[in-house]
Amino acid sequence: MSRLKTLVRNQRGVPPLRGGHSLCQGCGIPVVVRTVLGTIQSPAVVVNATGCLEVATTRYPTTAWNVPWLHVAFENAAAVASGVESAQRALRRRHALRPGEEVAVVVFAGDGGTYDIGLQALSGALERGHRFLFVCYDNEAYMNTGIQRSGATPFAASTTTSPAGLESFGKAQRRKDMTAIAIAHHVPYVAQAAAVHWHDLSRKVERAVAARGPAFLNVLTDCPLGWGHEPRLSAQVLNAAVESRFWPLYEVVDGRYRLTYEPERPVPIETWLGLQQRFAHLVTDGNRQLVDEIQEQVDAEWNALLDRCADDGTS
Amino acid sequence: MARLSTWQELPAGGAVVAAEAEQPHTGGWRTGLRPDVDLSKCINCLLCWLYCPDSAVELDGTAFAGFDYDFCKGCEICAEACPTGAIEMVAE
Amino acid sequence: MSPELLTGGEAVAHAMRQVDPDVVPVYPITPQTPIIQGFAKFVAEGRAQAELVNVESEHSAMSAAIGSALAGARTMTATSSQGLALMAEVVYIAASMRAPVVMALGNRALSGPINIHCDHSDSMLIRDSGVVQLFAENAQEAYDLTVMAPRVAENPDVLLPVLVCLDGFTITHSAEPVELLADEDVGGFVGAYRIPHSVLDVARPATQGPFAMPDYYYEFRRQQSAALEAALPVIADVAADFERLSGRRYRALEPYRLDDAVRVVVALGSTTGTVKDVVDELRDEGRPVGALKIGSFRPFPAAALREAAADAEAVIVLDRADSPGGAPPLFAETAAALYGSGCDLQGHVYGLGGRDLHPEDVRAIFAGGQPVHVGVRGEPCPV
Repeated sequence: MSRLKTLVRNQRGVPPLRGGHSLCQGCGIPVVVRTVLGTIQSPAVVVNATGCLEVATTRYPTTAWNVPWLHVAFENAAAVASGVESAQRALRRRHALRPGEEVAVVVFAGDGGTYDIGLQALSGALERGHRFLFVCYDNEAYMNTGIQRSGATPFAASTTTSPAGLESFGKAQRRKDMTAIAIAHHVPYVAQAAAVHWHDLSRKVERAVAARGPAFLNVLTDCPLGWGHEPRLSAQVLNAAVESRFWPLYEVVDGRYRLTYEPERPVPIETWLGLQQRFAHLVTDGNRQLVDEIQEQVDAEWNALLDRCADDGTS
Repeated sequence: MARLSTWQELPAGGAVVAAEAEQPHTGGWRTGLRPDVDLSKCINCLLCWLYCPDSAVELDGTAFAGFDYDFCKGCEICAEACPTGAIEMVAE
Repeated sequence: MSPELLTGGEAVAHAMRQVDPDVVPVYPITPQTPIIQGFAKFVAEGRAQAELVNVESEHSAMSAAIGSALAGARTMTATSSQGLALMAEVVYIAASMRAPVVMALGNRALSGPINIHCDHSDSMLIRDSGVVQLFAENAQEAYDLTVMAPRVAENPDVLLPVLVCLDGFTITHSAEPVELLADEDVGGFVGAYRIPHSVLDVARPATQGPFAMPDYYYEFRRQQSAALEAALPVIADVAADFERLSGRRYRALEPYRLDDAVRVVVALGSTTGTVKDVVDELRDEGRPVGALKIGSFRPFPAAALREAAADAEAVIVLDRADSPGGAPPLFAETAAALYGSGCDLQGHVYGLGGRDLHPEDVRAIFAGGQPVHVGVRGEPCPV
């Protein structure tokens, strides 16, 4: 059976995330959530950090979630998940739960709730080795509060708190390599993915939930409003991120790197930048050197990644 | 939609049982276009189902069965994702 | 059982061991560390079965506690001072999500300057959070309150976090004779843990921690305050059950030698022990004085206080926390409770940052004429 049909069958007629929420028209987040939850065979509980997904899906008295769902605050989703996971472990040990499948503990957090304010709780949970899956839907800024810059915002992107103008070319700092930070915690499974390569994402989810410990998925997610593109062009934009090697798709299994997709003909970084309003200020003669700088950064990181994969004998 | 609850009627802590919640119809967000399908071109790849942000593609088992216009916001992602051009945006 | 010599911290750790929680997130801070260290030792020796979660900050301790409590696991933790301040946001949320977490609070002064000794400023920081705050007078009470706390927290009419407050160092680190109950008696007393919706209940999924607009937020808050008010009779019921088990009786408001008392001192925490001793001395000298010990600061026993102080001529409130620019917290509660009763009301602030209040200070307070801030160098004496 095709993988997509398997995702449908896993739902058993009840979509984990249903309609009636107030996420933007064309929001890139739901496809990530649906792919992740659709892939997980066992029942799952979702812990959601404050952000677009949480706010838009749970305005009292409605809820778009057909799975058990918990939201506490912005920075502590990983800590809350640690509590849920510990409770399940404790109750199983005492035979206080109905016999059956273990409930998968899945966190959904945006880049703000992962890279910045959520970093401490995530780091602690990874270090303690809880068995849970942390999915960062990375749309590269604090979108819910109006497109403010985060530690995940790429170099030279224009946001409302790092706007491009006469005296500024947008964000002056490079983004954090959050995937590398997760890898540094020596957890069983870490990966980078994008929903436009949904099959790759789904396989990564399978491996993540099979891991006997923490798993971290960093999923590039488009935001039509924040990135400045027509909603219908979502796939085109995300493909440009992957094909330009701005967002490599790879996984690290027990510390061994493996590239899961290699673009046959890499596209220049302008293709990725030119599709989004947040980079529109770069497409001028005066900012040529910034585009070159970005291309150099992307090339250097790509080559370093290839080296790591070669070292691990996986390329 | 039901009238607003009194404080005595609220569930403790605001816990909402999914099966008991009524979702607002976000189909009203559309601005004049809705997706339409030519079934003769549909190959049941289910990509429209996967990519729809509003879970508005209905299935019959694993077969495409139409759009839920109560929730479709008209983002056009399904039309763009369809590999055979079976889905087109048409005027309401 | 004959009493053992235990510090308040050790006694609380024993109570936790006997309550037998499922999950205990811990993060260290003086002076509560003996509690979590004692409990960790019990776990390591197999005398306690909890999942001990060594979180990376107090904010995560309360966050993990909510996750655990709402996943159907009895959950306990401990903190003090800056730790409570750091987790304050989450304490409010625990109350609003109706998570019945029990937390020991080793009362310690808030920075700055940084100070590790006792005062009640940490409790007062989260005064309005919606949690229950019970205050112990000594190590025995710290133990007893910790045993009673889960029954209060988990009562279906309450379902709120309960803080067992014990003075830092004065109670946490001082050894006293403590009578422990039998393990099975505590187990039978606390019973099974039950909540309305567990996040592990996949058969009937529920969404917890919603977003509320102005059309609903206020109703949630009203419901929450009703739950805290409902805790007063629940505390009385649980205390009555506990008295049947132990012979020791707890009250949200404990009168001490109030019959025909003309001057009455109101206090919280270990100071009430000192005040009771001074009341006994003064009574021996023929002076009509008494004391009112507040056992529950939240919910505040306002009606009971008004009734108990009805015949007093002067009520003197001792606050171990200040509210700069306004009325100290216990004084404000007492004044609100006694408004219109006709008695003379006076307040003092004392003991900030662990400065001791000696029996002679209490004598002087009963005598009258002391400055508002007791025992502070540089304070002028009123004429």
